[in-house]
Amino acid sequence: MTDGASSDLPQRPASRRIDPAGLVIAAALAVLAAVLVWDASRLSSTSMYGMGPEAMPVVVAVGLGILASANLIDALRGNLPPRESADPKPVLLILGGLALLIAIIGLGGGFILATSALFVTTSAAFGRRAILADLVIALVMTTLIYLAFDRLLTLSLPAGPLERLL
Amino acid sequence: METFAALAHGMAVAVQPMNLLYALIGVFLGTAVGVLPGIGPALTVALLLPVTYKLDPGGSLIMFAGIYYGGMYGGSTTAILINTPGESASMATALEGNKMAKAGRGGPALATSAIGSFVAGTIATIGLAFLAPWLVDFAVRFGPEDYFALMCVAFVTVSATFGDSPIRGLTSLFIGLTLGLIGIDKLTGQARLAFGMPELLDGVEVTTLAVGLFAVGEALYVASRRHHAEEKIEPVRGSLWMTKQDWMRSWKPWLRGTMFGFPIGALPAGGAEIPTFLSYSTEKRLSKHPEEFGKGAIEGVAGPEAANNASAAGTLVPLLTLGLPTSATAAMMLAGFQQYGLNPGPLLFAERPDLVWGLIASLFIANVMLLILNLPLVGLWVRLLAIPQPWLYAGILVFATMGTIAAKPSVVELSMLAAFGVLGFLMRRFDFPIAPVVVGLILGPIAESQLRRALAISLGDPIVLLQSPMSATLLGIALIALVAPFVLKGLGRFRASED
Repeated sequence: MTDGASSDLPQRPASRRIDPAGLVIAAALAVLAAVLVWDASRLSSTSMYGMGPEAMPVVVAVGLGILASANLIDALRGNLPPRESADPKPVLLILGGLALLIAIIGLGGGFILATSALFVTTSAAFGRRAILADLVIALVMTTLIYLAFDRLLTLSLPAGPLERLL
Repeated sequence: METFAALAHGMAVAVQPMNLLYALIGVFLGTAVGVLPGIGPALTVALLLPVTYKLDPGGSLIMFAGIYYGGMYGGSTTAILINTPGESASMATALEGNKMAKAGRGGPALATSAIGSFVAGTIATIGLAFLAPWLVDFAVRFGPEDYFALMCVAFVTVSATFGDSPIRGLTSLFIGLTLGLIGIDKLTGQARLAFGMPELLDGVEVTTLAVGLFAVGEALYVASRRHHAEEKIEPVRGSLWMTKQDWMRSWKPWLRGTMFGFPIGALPAGGAEIPTFLSYSTEKRLSKHPEEFGKGAIEGVAGPEAANNASAAGTLVPLLTLGLPTSATAAMMLAGFQQYGLNPGPLLFAERPDLVWGLIASLFIANVMLLILNLPLVGLWVRLLAIPQPWLYAGILVFATMGTIAAKPSVVELSMLAAFGVLGFLMRRFDFPIAPVVVGLILGPIAESQLRRALAISLGDPIVLLQSPMSATLLGIALIALVAPFVLKGLGRFRASED
């Protein structure tokens, strides 16, 4: 089957292959539609006339269902746009930085430490290897940001041990 | 005459020192983010929303509009000097502009785009000032069913009609609509899609979504493909000034670009890509030097840049008169209005004329400021491009998370930011457009409440949507706009198979 397709279209052999990523996208949309219907079924329609709160989610769910099948057809036909290879390591590094930021904020570590952690991991993800130098830059920069926005613009940024020293 | 009086009144508001300062900050920030690859005007407005929460609404909106205009100017600098357009609207500019820069004519390319942007921005803002009152007179007669139909048009045109793939565009829109459903239903007080989490009862914050999709998503995407290409900055060599011949070859493309940009931007069609590419192909066809196209023809920079700026002003027409955002930046500006409890539309023109007309008048001032900022100071902006990429994106993420931390320093909100970042990364990777998500989130709940209001008035009879001639026409347009790309694609396939 695939052999026949590729000999028919030697110039585009990849375009006929089923794209697994497309299948995942279609499945995710279908699941989202199911969640919407499930959630809407718990709502009680209290309005006497017109639409209740459950109508719109059902409409959106129907749309998502149709789009799930359309995306499925695209995936089966291999119609997804071509994409270049992606390096997962820097992505995971930045996401790790975000996780660190969330953890530090959640544990009361304060704005400066949290955003410095994100700065250093992002900078490393983009290929910097001078982690100590970046850490110093990050601490100075985020301290200045903290002073400018928290003190001058009276925005409330979460304070931790470092902020209390200022 | 009414318009002149209103505009004069607005000018008096706009020249107040504080408002001038806001406009200056806006155009300055806008140019900077336009120049920097990776952040666009929509993201900048999103980042500033939490920071400006306590400021005066008039001043903040003037600043946001300055960012919008400034982003358009700055984007062209990046497009010309490093062939990586900051936003898709600058793609046409990059085609010829970067070739000019490589040939040592970067100065005139930057000049014709800045002056062209000024000419187009000024003409289009005049257009906005005269079209807006007329549209407002028209829009006061709109009932809820007409508004609902209008939003259907915007949904379809923003997501399906003008993108690469209507299916992927509509998928983005429906993701946005789904996110818009989260939270307490205003009419019945029941929680939808909150899954028992109190943080979700207020719904998804527009800024969290926009910052996640635009800033975090973009950073992840660029990081994932860092191994592919190195960007090269072309130095600005030679004179900045345009020769007499450059002027002769530029002024007509400026005007023609404006003619493309403003009407297409003002229609609820969205996006500056269409007018810029229309302008590019027109200039290519009309040029006396067609052989220069592809090698650095100045017409190919002048026309698209004018179209780009004119469409930015055009987008403000439906935003201010109807409350209808048709681009990601306009959607963020609508969120800016909403944060002060203001709803753009005919009522706002009647209730807060000082604010609306002050905003329109300040656009003229912003244009003058931008011309000054961009011509003599272009060297300063070029230096921004020299910031090493690791620090640039690390800094962007620090500011991006700061907005959310300042607004809601909760683990749930920050996790949502990270999740939207992953969503933005995946959407970029698989080529789904981002703007329809933001438009869907902002406009979805408004469309729902208009529809429910219409149906409540008609006692639940859906025929009300077709009884109003306005609403019936608009729904017809929406249907055509939805079907057209599929039909045209079919035609294209038919033609291709015939060959």
